Amino acid sequence: MKAILTVHNIASDLVTSVWTPIFVGLFIAIVIYALWPRNQAVFDQASRMPLRED
Amino acid sequence: MQQSQCTKWMTHGEAGLMLFFSMAAFVCAFAAAKALDAPFAFHASLAAVASGVASFAIMNRYLDRPASLPPEEINGKPNYNVGPIKFASFMAMFWGIAGFAVGLLIASQLAWPALNLDLPWTSFGRLRPLHTSAVIFAFGGNVLIATSFYVVQRTCRTRLVGDLAPWFVVLGYNFFILIAGTGYLLGVTQSKEYAEPEWYADLWLTIVWVVYLVVFVMTLVKRKEPHIFVANWFYLAFIVTIAVLHLGNNPALPVSVFGSKSYIAWGGVQDAMFQWWYGHNAVGFFLTAGFLAIMYYFIPKRAERPVYSYRLSIIHFWALIFLYIWAGPHHLHYTALPDWAQTLGMTFSIMLWMPSWGGMINGLMTLSGAWDKLRTDPVLRMLVVSVAFYGMSTFEGPMMSIKVVNSLSHYTDWTIGHVHSGALGWVGFVSFGALYCLIPWLWDRKGLYSLKLVNWHFWTATIGIVLYISAMWVSGILQGLMWRAYTSLGFLEYSFLETVEAMHPFYVIRAAGGALFLIGALIMAYNLWMTVRASEADVGTELALQAAE
Repeated sequence: MKAILTVHNIASDLVTSVWTPIFVGLFIAIVIYALWPRNQAVFDQASRMPLRED
Repeated sequence: MQQSQCTKWMTHGEAGLMLFFSMAAFVCAFAAAKALDAPFAFHASLAAVASGVASFAIMNRYLDRPASLPPEEINGKPNYNVGPIKFASFMAMFWGIAGFAVGLLIASQLAWPALNLDLPWTSFGRLRPLHTSAVIFAFGGNVLIATSFYVVQRTCRTRLVGDLAPWFVVLGYNFFILIAGTGYLLGVTQSKEYAEPEWYADLWLTIVWVVYLVVFVMTLVKRKEPHIFVANWFYLAFIVTIAVLHLGNNPALPVSVFGSKSYIAWGGVQDAMFQWWYGHNAVGFFLTAGFLAIMYYFIPKRAERPVYSYRLSIIHFWALIFLYIWAGPHHLHYTALPDWAQTLGMTFSIMLWMPSWGGMINGLMTLSGAWDKLRTDPVLRMLVVSVAFYGMSTFEGPMMSIKVVNSLSHYTDWTIGHVHSGALGWVGFVSFGALYCLIPWLWDRKGLYSLKLVNWHFWTATIGIVLYISAMWVSGILQGLMWRAYTSLGFLEYSFLETVEAMHPFYVIRAAGGALFLIGALIMAYNLWMTVRASEADVGTELALQAAE
């Protein structure tokens, strides 16, 4: 049976589909990347980018 | 671009745009002749004239310019393109004053309704969208375009992509503002809050916005710095999301291609849901993400301190992006929108506390080691106070999205107070701070004409904001409580008119606050004008001295 096209159906399909775990996984990966100790040096440099004058 | 030095050729862009505008002039003139309503005829005529002028200006510019286009670099340094940025900064100040003045007028209309003048063009209903669009899209939009073009060039160490394209963006955007604003006064509206412009204005904005996106992204692509600075991420999110929101909320079908009226593709609660998905993300991605980009560049630059925590800025960015898009339904509490969707909107709004305050802390803590500068530099003080207002209004917003709180606050002046603590305190102050930095940089001045005047601006505007928001808090809560008051017999305690009457003193205080804010902006305009003009003499003498040596 074809689902009726309503805001409820569209939104709940989206939320319950694979996107939720994908987005959560993606966000966790970003947080790990941001906190990864080896990236610290790059981020320290980047935090000074507005101060550089040419 | 690769022509020999003796022959001068039109670039593809110049020839193409001249052709485009020449054709557009004819099409618009034809549309004006066939127009079904007077406002459409007026807008089509405006567009025809503007297209003709654009075509002529491109030709003139081509004839005046040297054979080769401006170089990418001069003496090994990037040759930054500042012309369009200067224009957008000027327009920001112009529209800011216009928007604040109309705001003061409509605030006064609420206190003294006779000021509606009994004319359709000056009635509150038409002037209110003029005010909101002028301050958000005209003032805020020009600030965002100006700063984004500045920041992307500086942090990528490369010249802006395109020769005419950046000019097309700033001029095209301001033409959109002109069409939208005059349309409101003439009664042309889609009646969607913050998305009032009709179909033809929307189409034009789509073209301008796509060019903006292309210019920004292509400048990022040819960057000389390996790392893309976080401010650019925020700008990019702003540009991309506004494009998506604009397309999502405006799929309207015109009644006739020669008339201004159109109908949206869907109706009822679907339309409401799309409208507030759009509306709240206009807050999230226009008024927040874009101005956070300003925070991440201008505060470190002005304080001469690095960003407090770059890691936090990355988490801040992605948390904001992932959460904000879901918060819209909190505008539709206790409506026909399904209950679960309302609760979802509320939940995501509350979760937004974390990235908002993370960002605020990052902005404020960037001053560590430089707090003393707040005493001596009123520009930095303005930027920092804007971040404090950001924290305050992003605390208040999620609180108001809680359904129980919303049942008291919704449809009252509390909402207006909340919006203005964000708009005047956060967006206004961070924009003022950015413009105070930007104008001397763009015009190669050593500093501002007068820091004392910045101080005056700061305090006048701050007192104005405090008057405004505290009046609206009291008024809003009073209004909400009066609406829900019952007598012992179960009747409503107050008639609607009594609640309106009770608002009067607060409306007067609010108008006074708005007047102070406007005065502050006028002080600023004078200061910036003098910065550009008065220092010309200084710069001139300096150059003369150098030449003498």
